Amino acid sequence: MSALVKSSLARKWVMALSGLFLVVFLTQHFVINITSVFAPDTFNEISHFMGYNPMVQFIAQPILIIGLIVHFIMGIVLELKNRSARPIKYAKFSGNANSQWVSRNMIITGLVVLAFLGLHMYDFWAEEIGYKYISANPEDPTRYYEELVHKFAPFWRTIIYVIANVLLAMHLWHGFNSSFQSMGAKAINKGDGLRKFTYAWSVIIPAGFIFIALFHHFSHS
Amino acid sequence: MKLTLKIWRQANSEAKGNMITYPIDGVDGDMSFLEMMDIVNEGLINKGEEPVEFDHDCREGICGACSMMINGQPHGPQRLTTTCQLHMRKFNDGDTITIEPWRAAGFPVIKDLIVDRSSFDRIQQAGAYVSVNTSGNTQDANSIPVEKAKADEAFHSATCIGCGACVAACKNASAMLFTSAKVSQYALLPQGEVEATDRVMNMVRQMDMEGFGNCTNTGACMIECPKGIKLENIARMNREYLKAETLG
Ligand code: SF4
Ligand code: FES
Repeated sequence: MSALVKSSLARKWVMALSGLFLVVFLTQHFVINITSVFAPDTFNEISHFMGYNPMVQFIAQPILIIGLIVHFIMGIVLELKNRSARPIKYAKFSGNANSQWVSRNMIITGLVVLAFLGLHMYDFWAEEIGYKYISANPEDPTRYYEELVHKFAPFWRTIIYVIANVLLAMHLWHGFNSSFQSMGAKAINKGDGLRKFTYAWSVIIPAGFIFIALFHHFSHS
Repeated sequence: MKLTLKIWRQANSEAKGNMITYPIDGVDGDMSFLEMMDIVNEGLINKGEEPVEFDHDCREGICGACSMMINGQPHGPQRLTTTCQLHMRKFNDGDTITIEPWRAAGFPVIKDLIVDRSSFDRIQQAGAYVSVNTSGNTQDANSIPVEKAKADEAFHSATCIGCGACVAACKNASAMLFTSAKVSQYALLPQGEVEATDRVMNMVRQMDMEGFGNCTNTGACMIECPKGIKLENIARMNREYLKAETLG
């Protein structure tokens, strides 16, 4: 592993694979959440399954957390290494002339999303752990929808979720497409299909999360 | 036209440099950027001052020597153009132009605008070659059939002039476009297959050792490359590297 990570190309692969894994996770997260808009019972059922199924709890969840940590640590490592690759900065640097702002500032969008994840984990995950393991409450397969709606009641929280998802979209805009380039996918250079798909996905998924947050905020306020 | 130039001056590799402002008059739109620099230097020499040192050789866009960061872009604002081929008509009377050396740990400044690009030589020496037996019985290269499309791509990758603009443009000072162009020009040809594994491993290792940054796919290199070397080469190098790492 350490030999792998010593190479700049291997680091690219690690970043791309962990990123792609997180994209897949986001997608399934979205599919579950969107049911809360039109089928609260289904949302409750799936949430209960996710919360109590041992495969999800003790295998999928730790893998997800590891994937997230790997992606985050590697992102920081890359940022630090890349900074030291240019010890003296330019007096004038016209980055916008040759690249997208989002591609040059993944560390900013990434750190904002990470900070948001702190709140998000506190909001749902910590509460869930508290409910199940600390207060040792009995199973209640119908509580999830109410909890979700309750979370989006305050305006400030809803706004934070909206902003965080905009930043997430920016992060994905560069990252999703970029992961295929990093893995040397031939498709990335054959026409625009894959690129367009990744761009569309990067907007649709966060826009969907924003819709869900706003929907619950406004339909119950 | 009248211009104000802000030029990086640095006496030697140890010295601490700084930006110095030089007003200049009588610049003609038909002059190349380097001819304009020649006028600056004539003025400095006449005043008994040290001329601004800069690299140049062919002045026709083929040697890759003329490294200058002009207003925050390597080789200036015009696409697919080296500094020596850039004309002053691209600028307006009264403009202020900032001129700096390439900035990268892998390209230390020697003096003023001249940087040491021997790191690129070492990356090439690490694997950008095909070993042939020159005993006199060498098989004619043309006797090995090569697909036209692949030959064209290999040739296109081989048009890299090693100027370093890709590194200069990259926010990470990564040398992947250059290295991948050199990897690709052999990887695409049957003659390069024999040494493919060692080539990509050794060249990437050397690239990392020289202190260049990690590619994060911003694509700035491809836009600024005077020869239009494509990002596809980097994807190819990533594939070649994975193949070499996993299959050996
Ligand atoms: S890839 Fe382009 S920018 Fe980089 S060294 Fe070669 S010719 Fe110059
Ligand atoms: S001086 Fe040779 S490319 Fe500019």
